[in-house]
Amino acid sequence: MAGADVSTVATLVASNEQTILPEWIELQKKAGTLQTGRITEGELSSQSREFLHLLRDGLAKGANDVANAAYMPAKDMLGNLSRSRALQGFSPSETATFIFSLKQPLFSALNRDKTLSPAQVAQITWATTLLLDELGLYTLEVFQKSREEVIMRQQREISELSTPVVKLWDGVLALPLIGTLDSQRTQVVMENLLQEIVDTEAEIAIIDITGVPTVDTLTAQHLLKTVAAARLMGADCIISGIRPQIAQTIVHLGVELNVISKATLADAFAVALSRTGRGVRKLKPGEIEKARKTTPEQHPAE
Amino acid sequence: MDRIPILKFGDALLVTIQVDMHDRLATALEEDLTKKIVDHSAKGVLIDISALEIVDSFIGRMLDNIAAVSRILDADTVVVGMRPAVAITLVELGLSLSGVKTALNVERGMDLIRVRLDKPETEDADGEE
Repeated sequence: MAGADVSTVATLVASNEQTILPEWIELQKKAGTLQTGRITEGELSSQSREFLHLLRDGLAKGANDVANAAYMPAKDMLGNLSRSRALQGFSPSETATFIFSLKQPLFSALNRDKTLSPAQVAQITWATTLLLDELGLYTLEVFQKSREEVIMRQQREISELSTPVVKLWDGVLALPLIGTLDSQRTQVVMENLLQEIVDTEAEIAIIDITGVPTVDTLTAQHLLKTVAAARLMGADCIISGIRPQIAQTIVHLGVELNVISKATLADAFAVALSRTGRGVRKLKPGEIEKARKTTPEQHPAE
Repeated sequence: MDRIPILKFGDALLVTIQVDMHDRLATALEEDLTKKIVDHSAKGVLIDISALEIVDSFIGRMLDNIAAVSRILDADTVVVGMRPAVAITLVELGLSLSGVKTALNVERGMDLIRVRLDKPETEDADGEE
């Protein structure tokens, strides 16, 4: 008779939908689902109605276990809902409320049904509770997974965005590093830099570490590896943007940076220019007027 | 057994590695090159490894050895055209080839050697006069 239990709920849901649905939506609203305006009331009621129908269809097939194929449409719908709520910024409990708040209207409808004996009511309540709990857990699991996906994607984007290689001049590249350097990022940085050296035939690469919060022995080692690899390809490296504390740390750690290092990117750029046989000079008053008249698209080469 | 050709280019020797190096080939190159440096009293050795895609510690050490031998025989070694992947591999292997000069392409490598060639030549000329 176990199968008959939940299918009774299905008929109950079908006949009492007019009372269950508004009660359920009311409970969700009370729990604050609509408060921040992330979804509209219309969306909420259509989602609730859709889920109730899918659940009813599943229950009607008499399956007690959510793993049963009868609940697949309901689970799919829940999965989508949970995923979209995770992206909309709902909290886990707010998301789980969607399913758990269905219990109260469902059970009060069950109690109003006079054709059932108390023992039957208890039995059905238990079976339905189990079912809804499992669906709730499933919701949370999907929610958690989509949050993790978001975090993973952001990490990937950060690591790609935070290692741009900038061309400063013909043959001079700059690599402004921002954030902590771990092994994985160093690998990306190194590959990007070396590829760019090949592509632009750069002679000098400036690695700017102004945005690196701390330098420990591992970071220093990573930096030195990058410098060594660039040298093997025939490009010189200059390290710039070493802040006072970092300079002290490097000395205290006993790390020897056997590379040219400059305090600021500007200093490093000046060195790079002079190495490539170029320089920057101040214009004389007459020349300034002339320079202002020239169109901006002219490249200020040599 | 196939060997890697060594071309004479003025006072410099030009080696282009076009095939994947195996250990026997590397040893043969080392021997041939040493002999040629002595024969031609070369002042510079340019090794183009732009076609080399795979390196191991043996090849890395060979490059280091060639540089060391050349230095003893008074010739500069310039390795040119190393690929990024090769550079990363060598660094990870702990071979930084500190005795070797490097350049991005053959043109710049020849410039490096020419700087070296120009200097002693004028000195020699002064000495002979």
